[in-house]
Amino acid sequence: MSATTDAPDDQAATKPRRIGDVLSPWLFLAPALLVFLYFKFIPMARGMQMSFYKVSFGDADEWVGWDNFARVFTEEALRNAAGRTLLYVLVTVTLSAAIALVLAQALQGTARHMRILRTAMFLPAVTSAAVVAEIWRILYAPTPAGVINTLIGWLGAAPQGFFSDPDQALAALMGMHVWKHVPYDTVIFVAGLAGVNRELYDAAAVDGANAWHRFVHVTLPGLAPAITVVLTLGCIRGFRVFTEVYTTTGGGPAAGSTEVVMTHIYKQGFQELDFGYAAAASTVLFLFTALATAGFLAWRRRGVR
Amino acid sequence: MNSALQLAARWLLYALLLVVFVGPFWAFLMTAFSGVTIAPGRLLLWPEQPTLENFRYAWVDAKVWRFLLNSAVVVVVGMALQLAVSALAAFALARKRFRGLALVSFLVLSTMMLPEEVIAIPLFMVLGNLPLLNLSLQNTHLGMILPVVGWAFSIFMLTEFMRAIPLELEEAARVDGANDWQVFWLVILPLCKPALGTAAVFGFIMIWDQYLLPLLVTNRENLYTLPVALATVRADETMKPAVFIAVSVIAMLPSILVYLGLQKAFNRGLLAGAVKG
Repeated sequence: MSATTDAPDDQAATKPRRIGDVLSPWLFLAPALLVFLYFKFIPMARGMQMSFYKVSFGDADEWVGWDNFARVFTEEALRNAAGRTLLYVLVTVTLSAAIALVLAQALQGTARHMRILRTAMFLPAVTSAAVVAEIWRILYAPTPAGVINTLIGWLGAAPQGFFSDPDQALAALMGMHVWKHVPYDTVIFVAGLAGVNRELYDAAAVDGANAWHRFVHVTLPGLAPAITVVLTLGCIRGFRVFTEVYTTTGGGPAAGSTEVVMTHIYKQGFQELDFGYAAAASTVLFLFTALATAGFLAWRRRGVR
Repeated sequence: MNSALQLAARWLLYALLLVVFVGPFWAFLMTAFSGVTIAPGRLLLWPEQPTLENFRYAWVDAKVWRFLLNSAVVVVVGMALQLAVSALAAFALARKRFRGLALVSFLVLSTMMLPEEVIAIPLFMVLGNLPLLNLSLQNTHLGMILPVVGWAFSIFMLTEFMRAIPLELEEAARVDGANDWQVFWLVILPLCKPALGTAAVFGFIMIWDQYLLPLLVTNRENLYTLPVALATVRADETMKPAVFIAVSVIAMLPSILVYLGLQKAFNRGLLAGAVKG
């Protein structure tokens, strides 16, 4: 929030006299607060409450104390899904940011062909996750005629199973995720690069810094805010990944080989109908993401100063 | 010599990027217009026996228009409501000073930590029986719309924009006796048109992308939005692969067209969201 705040300041000077003046901002806010209340805050509160119950349909719910949470922290299936999600986040966020960092160097500038190229490259980012999943389901087709199998065939590799191979499915998912998110990260970095002071490069050149030194000592520090944005958004996105997995492997192909936290929670809720446990797992996921984000931002802020 | 080599490497990289990031879209489009029978998993780079038959089959026989209609209702109504709600809230946040302003800002910000995924299970319960209202939104379009009407990104972007509007414009209207609503409607909103355009583009893409929410709201196929229906359509084994690819093209086209058609509005929002950090 960097914009000027002269407007509110001025109004604070003249104290509200009529009840209408006091009420007015709340009338403007009411619709937003109402939808947030009903579809964000009440569900969150209900979720936390449900975490302590065995939810049964028809009968009254049964209070089970911390049992659901105990299961969340001991159940092997969830622990494996959490580990897999963590790996998924680490790999996709790092890979996507690294590729985008390199591409941003090559794609900066305001030349017409650059703008066209950046626009074209951005298509995966605006395509809905469900459609991206269908695209990759076909690119990854495990037959020799499949697109990627044809490509790697030219390099002499044998056809691979991708989504249908338990050992490859998770890596295949990560590849798809990176493909969808590299364009967005690239655009953020291009914008960040435009804000780096040109004179610093000249100064560094005068000091005899080579390209690598310029990158490490000028570009990277200048990109720090953009890097924070990319990493934070990437983590938030990654921890709650659902659609991409649900629509491609559904957690399979072998039992749980690509099961992530959200698909596990979804199945526990809507297939096993164990809502209390699913809610407890969601609560833990929420607390974890919130703490991780806050912690990361705090650490970054300290690092910058 | 060296620079010519560099130039060649540069254009090679550009070509590679286009192949990787645009190639799949191109191949989908070309295959969708092809009349030849293709093996599952194959894509064509140029239409063989060009035809509209795949689209006709998708539209008429697979009845994709039903899903597209559901999507259209959800996206258009959802986007309109989201814009209205966001603009109203942004006006209060940007141009009013009142007790509780900081708390409201924090509440709006905190909703960013509560995406559908994290609250899926209880949201399903709440949608089935809205507290106090005793109303069920299960199996309704409204159930897919209302949860996305409140969107912190949209509110904050409009707030930033409205803050930047000079106070003098507002004061002139106040001197003429305008109340808050008139200031909002006659002064601020007309000046916000570019920002409203940006919010609309992002709202469109965000709502079109919804997957889990429609899944929570309904299990009736006739209410599915197009992204959710893809899996159902794919499961029909009597359908030719090229027809399913045509269906995918129909599903990807709206957000891509909105993005390409409203480039300027889109790019503004992209940076508004990113630079804030």
